[in-house]
Amino acid sequence: MPARTKARAPSAEDADMEDAAPTSAQQVAEDGEPMEEDEDNEVGEEEEAEEPQRVRILPGSTSTAASFEFLKEGHTLGNALRFIIMKNPDVEFCAYAIPHPSEEKMNLRIQTYDTTTATAALEKGLQDLEDLCDVVSEEFWTQREKFMAEKS
Amino acid sequence: MAPSSGRRAPSAAELEDRKTVNINKETVSNTVSDDYPDNFVNEEHAWDNEEFRRAFQVQFHQNDQFEAQFSLIGVDASIANAFRRIMIAEIPTLAIETVFVNNNTSVIQDEVLAHRLGLIPFTGGKKGLREFMGFWRKPGPDEDAYATTYDTNTVSLKLAAKCTRKKDAPKDARDPLVLYDNAHIYARDIVFEPLGGQAKWFSGEDTIRPVNPDILIAKMRPNQEIDIEMHMHKGFGWDHAKYSPVATASYRLMPKISILRPILGADAEKFAACFMPGVIGLERVTKQEAKKTGSGYEGHEGELKAVVKDAMRDTVSREALRHPEFEGKVKLGRRKDHFIFSVESTGQWDSDELFMESTKMLKKKCGVLRPQVTNMVQTF
Repeated sequence: MPARTKARAPSAEDADMEDAAPTSAQQVAEDGEPMEEDEDNEVGEEEEAEEPQRVRILPGSTSTAASFEFLKEGHTLGNALRFIIMKNPDVEFCAYAIPHPSEEKMNLRIQTYDTTTATAALEKGLQDLEDLCDVVSEEFWTQREKFMAEKS
Repeated sequence: MAPSSGRRAPSAAELEDRKTVNINKETVSNTVSDDYPDNFVNEEHAWDNEEFRRAFQVQFHQNDQFEAQFSLIGVDASIANAFRRIMIAEIPTLAIETVFVNNNTSVIQDEVLAHRLGLIPFTGGKKGLREFMGFWRKPGPDEDAYATTYDTNTVSLKLAAKCTRKKDAPKDARDPLVLYDNAHIYARDIVFEPLGGQAKWFSGEDTIRPVNPDILIAKMRPNQEIDIEMHMHKGFGWDHAKYSPVATASYRLMPKISILRPILGADAEKFAACFMPGVIGLERVTKQEAKKTGSGYEGHEGELKAVVKDAMRDTVSREALRHPEFEGKVKLGRRKDHFIFSVESTGQWDSDELFMESTKMLKKKCGVLRPQVTNMVQTF
């Protein structure tokens, strides 16, 4: 297929999607509108503000079936997160995709049973992954110390 | 996939089968993780951190400064792979990024020379590299080229050498190293020039230096000259391989060799030759074994039998499966949850530190994203 040189006129379907697009934090930030309105909580807020918002919920999502878009993430987090979310018994389906290799985007689809929401499942997944890292690093270092002590 | 086992708990043998990838004569089977909820009747398989803590094991095989080998047992491939990928691409190191060529009359072109220099691994005081040095930001279009260059994000290096004839060289000498001074330029000829506060962090033992001083950079002949300055910045492996802190970081699954029926005598020796040295051992059949009926050893007391000595050394070739005399007697496989990691550092980090750092990085990724998910605008 030849490369398209002219911008395609937005079809009705595309326009629809655009209308339905959520006003996510990312887009607000792009529009230059201030994200944080309360500037009283300075110390904590300012450190948070340094990290740009890298996750948003995609249009067409419902509370129990949602797609999330992560910026600047890839297979490293995608597959690990998919695994740990699939381990959640309240989750019916979870999968990740990198829609195009030259875009630094990773999409994550979560469908849950009525017992939880997709966002809650994602939060739990991130928390579980953090806990897992702690267990791995603790055990790794204990065994390293043991190994080095035996060697000397 | 194996059908669920009804209402009874799975037997030890069934659990063992589940976590084994079968290496068959022409195919592989049971390759996919199946330890998820709802996959087996009456089995939980939900994430349980305490259960994971109990089951997870680390075994060290080697731990040197630049090379480590260890096993992670009881993790899923997706987790092991995340650690591997982080070690390769997401742990920052310092490398030569900009080369200022004042003069280069050697036969190596400027851009090739710059590329070679970039790939040289450097090291220095760890505390300084981790805590003092930060990331360099490219100046904006309106800014001065050095507006963002500070002692906290740039390391300056110099390399200046001119090749000259040695006056006292013997008349019949042919070797350029005997005939000329500076015929070969090595990594050790690069000089570190401390800027600002860097002297405090990178002096004496801790000076910024090439990990291997003997890396050949260029060869010259009399009157050729190299005079360059270099700026090093911190970067990530995902940007350029020169920033990768590892030469290799890889894992393989633990091989599993099961001898199902006795392999005896000359067959045993042939069987051992099918594997890497040290994988299969030869032992004599004991009196006790020979006495046991149905063991297959009856009447073979004192004969040689093949035993699995060290499956980890195996490369899992399928040679043993090609011979009809071993048919049905051996089963090859790999343990799905036993990852033998091999991490080879380029020198800026110690190899065991690298794995620790990868666990920290993955945790940090999650820690940064979790509040963002919580605060995310929810629209349906």
